[in-house]
Formats: sequence, C-alpha cells, structure tokens
Amino acid sequence: MAQWETVIGLEIHAQLATKSKIFSGASTAYGAEPNTQACAVDLGLPGVLPVLNEDAVYKAVIFGMAIEAHIAPYSVFARKNYFYPDLPKGYQISQMDLPIVGIGHIDIEVDGETKRIGVTRAHLEEDAGKSLHESFHGLSGIDLNRAGTPLLEIVSEPDLRSAKEAVAYMRTLHELVRYLGICDGNMQEGSFRCDANVSVRPKGQAEFGTRAEIKNINSFKFVEKAINHEIARQIELIENGGTVVQETRLYDSVKDETRSMRSKEEANDYRYFPDPDLLPVHISEDFKAQIKAELPELPKAKKQRFKTEYALDDENATILTSSRPLADYFEAVVKQSGCEAKLCANWMTGTLSAALNKAGLDIIDSPVNEQRFASLLARIADNTISGNIAKQVFEALWQGTDTTDEIIEAQGLKQITDTGAIEAIITEIIAANAKQVEQYRGGNEKMFGFFVGQVMKAMQGKANPAEVNKILNAKLS
Amino acid sequence: MSENSLEEFEKVSCSVQITPDTIVKVAHLARLAIPENRVYSYTLIIGDILNLVAQMNAVNTDGIEPLLNPLDATQLLRADEVTETNQRELYQSVAPRVEEGLYLVPKVIE
Repeated sequence: MAQWETVIGLEIHAQLATKSKIFSGASTAYGAEPNTQACAVDLGLPGVLPVLNEDAVYKAVIFGMAIEAHIAPYSVFARKNYFYPDLPKGYQISQMDLPIVGIGHIDIEVDGETKRIGVTRAHLEEDAGKSLHESFHGLSGIDLNRAGTPLLEIVSEPDLRSAKEAVAYMRTLHELVRYLGICDGNMQEGSFRCDANVSVRPKGQAEFGTRAEIKNINSFKFVEKAINHEIARQIELIENGGTVVQETRLYDSVKDETRSMRSKEEANDYRYFPDPDLLPVHISEDFKAQIKAELPELPKAKKQRFKTEYALDDENATILTSSRPLADYFEAVVKQSGCEAKLCANWMTGTLSAALNKAGLDIIDSPVNEQRFASLLARIADNTISGNIAKQVFEALWQGTDTTDEIIEAQGLKQITDTGAIEAIITEIIAANAKQVEQYRGGNEKMFGFFVGQVMKAMQGKANPAEVNKILNAKLS
Repeated sequence: MSENSLEEFEKVSCSVQITPDTIVKVAHLARLAIPENRVYSYTLIIGDILNLVAQMNAVNTDGIEPLLNPLDATQLLRADEVTETNQRELYQSVAPRVEEGLYLVPKVIE
C-alpha cells in the first residue's frame, strides 16, 4: 500500500466585531428579531450605495500587522456573483485581485515543535443572511440581519499536513483575533467559521492531489473529525481505483461523514469584477503607523514574557496567556497583591478557574474581580490566613459582596500566630494523649500528623501551620 | 454586425476564445434569457468587445502605473456607528410573502 501525505489549506471567516455593518449603518448585534437589522443597503434595494466602515478596515489592517503581512497601499472591492436568496443583491461584495492583507505567516505549535504556516491573503467581505428551512408551508424563510456583517476571510497556504496541525492553526488564529479584539470568536454564533481544502498525494510526489473543500465547520472538534474523515475517504477512493473530484462537501457531525454539496460545477463560476460602487481603498503610511503603535502584545510574546518575568512554568504560562482578559487579570493580581507570581498563578489556575468552570463563566464575568482576588492572596502572603482558610474566604467572596478583610473579621478566621496561644494548646494536647506521645517517641513518625490534626481541630484551623510544626517538634522531641 | 457569416464568427472566436457555449453558460449564470437564434450574434458582439480588450492587452505597459479606477479618488470611510433604525414593516410591505418577520421564498434545497 502506498504511503499517503495529506495537504490541507484552511479558509477562516472571522466576523469583525464592529458595531455597524461593513457597508451600512445597520447594527450587527447578534440575536435580534429577524430582519429588524436589515436596512435598504443590506436588502439590496435599487438605488442604494455602499459606504465602507472605517473600523472594518482598521481591524483588517491590525490583523495584517499581527501576522507580519504586506498591507496593500491600495485594495479593491469586487463583486462575487451568485444567486441565493440570502444574498439579495445577487452578488457578494468581496475582494479578489487586490486584497487588503497580502502574504504573512502564523507560527503554530504541534507536539512541542514550532511550525510556520503561510497566510496567502486576508480580505474583507460582507456576510450573507440566513435561510431557515423548517415549516414555512414548503417555503424557505430568510433573515437578513446577518447580511452585510463584516468578515475577514483568512486564507492559508497549503502548508498543513494533518488534521492536528489544522486544529492547532485554527486555535492559534482564534486566540490571535480575540487578542487583537477584532472578533469575539464565538463559534456557536458563527463568528469564527472554517472551510478546509483537503487533498492527498503519494509521499514524495511534488504535485498536489485534487482537493475537496469541506464547508462551514463550526468547532475545533469537528475540524479534526471532518478532515480525518475526508482523508480516509479520499485514500480509500484512490486505492480502489477511483479519482477524487474537485467539489464542495458538507460535514455532517451527526453521521461523522462528508457528503457532496453542489453537483453543478458551474455554481462555482463567480465571474468576479471590480465593484463600480466602491473606489479603491487607500491605506496611508500614517494610518499604518498609528495602527502599529496600537498593536497589543501578542500571545506568543506574552507567554515568553510570563515565563521570564514571572518565572512561570510552560503550563501555567500557556493557560494564563490563552486569552487577553485572563492575562490582564493575572498581571493585575500580581501587582495589586504584592504576592509571588507563582502563588497567584496557582490560585488562578486552581481555585478560581475551577469555580469559573463550575459556574460556566468567563474570567471577565467572574464575581470575584482582580482587586478582590488580589486582596485575598495578600492575606495569605502576610500570614493573616492559611491556604485552607483562604479557600473558605474565597467561597464567601464568590457568594457575596463583602471584602476579604470583612469576611475574615466577621467569621473570625484570622490566623493565630501568637506562639503563646499555640504553645498552650499543644501542651494540653500532649498531656491528654500520653499514649500517642509514647508511640511517636518510640519511632512512629506518622503520629506527628495526628498531633497537627488535634491542634488544628482545637484552634478551628486558624493556627499558623509553620508555627504549629515548629512548636510541636520542640515539645515532642 | 451585419455580416454574421460563419467565417467571420470563426475568425473572432478563434482570436478571443469565445464560443456560443460560453455565451449560453454565462447567460445562465446571470439568469438572462437569450433566444436561441440570438446566441451567434451575441457571440460576435461580445467577441468584438473582447477583441478590443485583447488589443489593449497587447499594448506594452512596462513602467506604467496600473490604473485601479478611472476616477482619481479613493474610497471615503464612514465612522463605525449604528445609524439605521428598524424599518422592517416598511421594507416588508413590498415583499410578496412574509411570516414571523421572515421573507418567504421558494424552497431552497442544498
């Protein structure tokens, strides 16, 4: 059996997080009543003209800069012609020959290795509306609220060699667009969608095999499954003497298979031509300089800085830089608590993230904001409370609005560091447990834990553990 | 376009690679109805236009800055603000069929 190599290129559509549409002043807010956000321009009524949204251009350019791409000084909008009811004009305004963002690259990490994936281009275009096929007396219902929402279509080079690499690329890009604040990345709402071009060829062959395009894959899990299914289908087809047909296929996540979507080859003949309603878009050097100055620290650089500046291990650095709000939260907590970064990191990836996961909340919606979380950690660092008690305080912070100090005060949780008080309790416990003392002194070191437990119980967990250990050691030896 | 001879047609179609099949296909893609007996004449007319393009393409343009648009201007941008209000009722008053706020169209089958 021949050895096969897979070649994958991805086209990712990222909805740009603008307030209004790319060519009209209608709102882009998700979830509105059907057609309440579809104006005359979005409906393609006669006589209307598109006017380009400045923020869509800004967001496309900042993306281009983040992937070190060439930004076209002049780019041109073109009409992509096809007939479908969710596209009322009969054409989609897109870009063909002169896209706003040219060749760039994205570095992905797979199995600890970094691989550079080429980005062919990224262009601006408008989204289409939505067709609903259920129960309209044999008719289809059309909602044009989404029509005209700005999209950035990001096209990769055919540099990906496995479904795993494709997922890593998609995740890296997803993280990047959220970092840049240009796309909310919400895949359920369709803000970040992916089409995959998949082909196979015998290992060592220079030419690409015929590719099939898998449309509209809306989760990371499905990208991997859809691509793997398509690879298996193509290999089986070729090995049984068949040939792969260039076509568009749809992934069915329920059946875990892809199936042919458009049978007519001519459906893909879009007859692009420059849109006479729009002039070339000029990106000046000044505009580029302004955007460059506003470019935030990117995930890769931030992760590296977290490792060196805060001495975090790779795992914590990866988790804490996985989104900008999370990274910002961490840095605020370190600064405001005055605690060791490692303590902050462990509390964030442990207690805080467990509570957020359980409640299904994102860090920006955390009931415990960075100030309150920092004040909690500060009380651990200055020995006011122990780590165990801090979990109890965290619960109270999560549930209510009291401050850390109010909770500690009200519940009497302040750690006892008064050695006299701890010593008195220890003396009592040693006197009351003569048998256990004998065992310990006879060589049963496990009994030490018994004494620690007794002391903590007697002091409701508030004794400073280090002090307890020190005094117990002195008294028992 | 008086001399619609086959000879003339072949000369044109040969130089610009356009055939009656292409005309029929493009007309279909654009949802334009072309009577069958007009296909040849359209092939000639469009062939002429494409010949003009071919003539222009043949001109040496080395060192000449490409013209992106005949108007010497660039696109004006508008601020990202929501300026449109909901006028669904007005827009839907001219639609053939609506239901639950949706425009109804003949069933679309994928």
